[in-house]
Amino acid sequence: MINSVLWTPLLFGILGLFVPRRWAGWVVVGGAAVTLGLAIGLLAGFDSGASGLQDTVDVDWISGLGVSYSLGLDGLNVFLMMLTALLWLPAVAFAAMRQPDRPHLYFLMLALGETATLGAFLAQDLLLFVLFFDLMLVPFYFLFGAWGQDRPDGTTAVAATMKMIVYTLIGSLLMLVAAIATAILAADGGQLSFSIVDLQQNVLSEGSQRWIFWFFAAAFLVKMPAFLLHGWMPDAYRAAPLPALAVFSAVLSKVGAYGFLRVVLPLFPDATIEFQEIVLVIALASILYGSVMAFTQTNVRLIAGYSSVAQLGFITAGIFALRPDGADGALLQMVNHGLVVAPVFLIIAVLAERAGTEDLREMGGIALRAPVLAAMFLIVTLATLAMPGSANFIGEFYILNGLFQAKIVFAFVAGAGMVLAAYYALRLYQRTMHNRKPEPIDSRDLGWRDAAVLVPLVGCIVALAFYPQLVLKRTDAAVGNQLRQAQRVDSNRPLTWQRGRESEAASISDSARPSGSGAAAS
Amino acid sequence: MNFNAPDIDYAALSPVIALTGGICVVLLAGVFDRVRRAVPLLTLLTLGAAAGLFIWQWGERKDLVAGALRLDELAVAVALIAILAAAFCVLISVREPAVSQAGSGEYHVLLLGSVLGMTLLAQAQNLVSFFIAIETLSVPLYVLCATNLRRAESLESGLKYLIIGSMGSATLLYGLAFIYGGSGSTDFTGIAAGIGKEGVLGDPLVLVGIALAATGLAFKISIAPFHQWTPDVYQGAPTPVTAFMAVATKAAAFAVFVRFFDVALAPEAGDWDVALAVLATASIAVGNIGALGQDSLKRLLGYSGIAQAGYMLGGLVVASEAGINALVFYLAVYSLMNLAAFAVIVARERETSFGDEIRAVEGLGSERPLLAWPLTISMLALAGLPGTAGFIGKLYLIEALVDGDYTWLGVAIAVGTMISLAYYLRVVAAIWMRPAEDTAVTAEVPAVAGASPEADPIDADAGGRWYLVGPALLAAAATVFFGVIPQPLVEWAEHAGAALSQFLP
Repeated sequence: MINSVLWTPLLFGILGLFVPRRWAGWVVVGGAAVTLGLAIGLLAGFDSGASGLQDTVDVDWISGLGVSYSLGLDGLNVFLMMLTALLWLPAVAFAAMRQPDRPHLYFLMLALGETATLGAFLAQDLLLFVLFFDLMLVPFYFLFGAWGQDRPDGTTAVAATMKMIVYTLIGSLLMLVAAIATAILAADGGQLSFSIVDLQQNVLSEGSQRWIFWFFAAAFLVKMPAFLLHGWMPDAYRAAPLPALAVFSAVLSKVGAYGFLRVVLPLFPDATIEFQEIVLVIALASILYGSVMAFTQTNVRLIAGYSSVAQLGFITAGIFALRPDGADGALLQMVNHGLVVAPVFLIIAVLAERAGTEDLREMGGIALRAPVLAAMFLIVTLATLAMPGSANFIGEFYILNGLFQAKIVFAFVAGAGMVLAAYYALRLYQRTMHNRKPEPIDSRDLGWRDAAVLVPLVGCIVALAFYPQLVLKRTDAAVGNQLRQAQRVDSNRPLTWQRGRESEAASISDSARPSGSGAAAS
Repeated sequence: MNFNAPDIDYAALSPVIALTGGICVVLLAGVFDRVRRAVPLLTLLTLGAAAGLFIWQWGERKDLVAGALRLDELAVAVALIAILAAAFCVLISVREPAVSQAGSGEYHVLLLGSVLGMTLLAQAQNLVSFFIAIETLSVPLYVLCATNLRRAESLESGLKYLIIGSMGSATLLYGLAFIYGGSGSTDFTGIAAGIGKEGVLGDPLVLVGIALAATGLAFKISIAPFHQWTPDVYQGAPTPVTAFMAVATKAAAFAVFVRFFDVALAPEAGDWDVALAVLATASIAVGNIGALGQDSLKRLLGYSGIAQAGYMLGGLVVASEAGINALVFYLAVYSLMNLAAFAVIVARERETSFGDEIRAVEGLGSERPLLAWPLTISMLALAGLPGTAGFIGKLYLIEALVDGDYTWLGVAIAVGTMISLAYYLRVVAAIWMRPAEDTAVTAEVPAVAGASPEADPIDADAGGRWYLVGPALLAAAATVFFGVIPQPLVEWAEHAGAALSQFLP
């Protein structure tokens, strides 16, 4: 089952090569739909009470190198898998309706992108994770480079894409070295294994953790992107074709945050505690910088792009609060942000078709004769700014709650970010949909085909707002597992000023439990 | 007085005998008009026979010819790589202008002669056989580089290679003489015993010898800073010859590099590993940076080969079984990646007037997908992206390096790979992301297009010919196959390392 979820998209992508050009896209849409069905099946069979991995597949892949093909589901990745499967379908369908040129390659790459992303979420072998993490980049290189748009100022799509590749691969190649070093140091001359569960049993010495931590962190922070490592984002976002950008921004950035939870926290707990504040500072800087940039930009893609920087900053802060609340909220927020940002980019595509521009200053009044589009966009906007009642509100609340318990000063600064979010989200909505309509802009409502893509997506946002427990209930146990190591390290440290005020943190009494029993804990 | 007839192991020598016999047959066949057309076929048959006999001998580990040669899995593995490269070269040489200009018989005999040298070199276990083999492989190559008689670049390339190659050989020979002087033995195992007592650092004679020999070998493998000839010679030589040279020479020279350092000098591994690590780093830096600004695909691959040689040298630095495994695995993968790329370059050289410039592959994606895919896969694999065998090869090498406490060299490989993306992906971008405007078939008037009058004729259908598309597709498919299912190739490489494990520290 888990195998078919992973490989179905690619299989259909290859099938798509052998049908006439007009149908290539729809074959891949079919693949995405089948994948979504399979993913729902997995979610339905998911036992939210059990901790530890479910639906596992584990076969030797390269036994000489200790690499195994090992997949599994737990509370950490089950919703990210769902998110991937859920968002790819509308993105592919949206693209298929618009018939890009050279459709065979385009849809093959979109399909490969889905398989690679699912692989990164499902992999339970560190090296397999790195492999899929790197592989994600290949399809998006082609998609952004070959179907991207050149800018009038001379920055070609190829150059923008190249910049993105160099940035992201700097991180991920160092991560390859770091992953190998982790396994070899953990094996200590014994049987080499890259299995993440095995590696959790023998945590490395503090000295090795230090440099390995940063090699992993670099890869994940670039992917998000975090402040100072976001240099590739503006160019790549302006160049990318929008359906591909929707999934790229919604799902691929989450792989970075997920990597922290899956790999960094449990495997490098000492380094995590040691560098907690540095990462939090980066996260806060991302929140503030992203927000400020988002309300000064005039290109609608960049507004969405910088708002993602800010949102991912929130998620990182939640993870590095190293409290169950924060991490729970981060995981919920990953799903929320994915659900929100994908429709934003698709709506941007729809708006750009009507306005003939992506510049905020030249847009306006589109809501005039487009009530459905306006309603959809409004719901998405309100979710983006974490209006109470939306699942995003719950997510951010949890994150801030965790952050308050851990580092109260950071929580205040992060709270300011929420206010800024309201400003840039409403600005984007007002300037595009309201105001007087400039002459060339065409205020048309959604066609039924675009509506068929967007309305269900927005429906998911609304549904999750009513019932965020759907996610929280299933993630709780797994999140606790991931944090256990770091908390154990933390509690063994000499008391610092903030520890005294944490009655709640002390109640996590399983912190004294040895790492090995993590999987058995209920 | 008794006379002991020497014991000749014909079975183990059979591949070499087959190659030698094949050389005679091909040379004769080239003389007669009637059978001249069969020369490529006969060459392929010879190579096939030699490969078959080598595979038959797989698993044997024995000394031959009084210890001058040693047949083991390392030798067979590398010989098979060289034979594979030669077979590719024969296929992509079909209708190559150089072949008719030099004479089909001569061209193929030189190729086979070089292969013979390579198979001997892979087995060499004695300073004398080592040197003879390296000359046997080099001399035909000097000539092959110059076979495109009507192009000045080709002649220049041959001459340049001759002069620099001779320099390298002389340096090597000088070094070997020192080593013999210092250790009192020409045999690799004898050397290991001879210098074991005082160590390398205590014996200036041996130290100088090793430095000179390593320099000579570095010339052959084009390790920086002994690489200057590589881009020029690669660019000037007929492309099929370049392909053969890039792949097979490197494989054979690495085999003897491994045998020399991991057998003869294995006990002193702690003394020379840092020096080799520095050479490897220099190579990674020089190769990757040098490739950045190249517009000629052959020069680009030349520089990339320098960088890749640096990666592979890492497998030698750690002087461990895992290192040799990784090196052999990478050699095999490197061969497949490069052969795919060169086959495409040959096709484009013949059907466009742009020669080997990057412009020649612009718009290839929509024009000739069957050529575009192999070149794309080759570039992605050389860049070490997952899904291709190149990723597994890098993984293997880095794992061996980290295991041998050379993590920093692993990081150097990662950094080099990042730089390399800039030029590998430039080729991919040219293939898929630029429109095919006036390239290719439309540019049918070479004399006007600024090409020199001696330019080779354009064959507008070259991109569709089976003997070019077939090898390219095959090599690319193998690159992907071993990227997804690497286990068979990993096991194959493990045999090579196991063959030397008894000598390792």
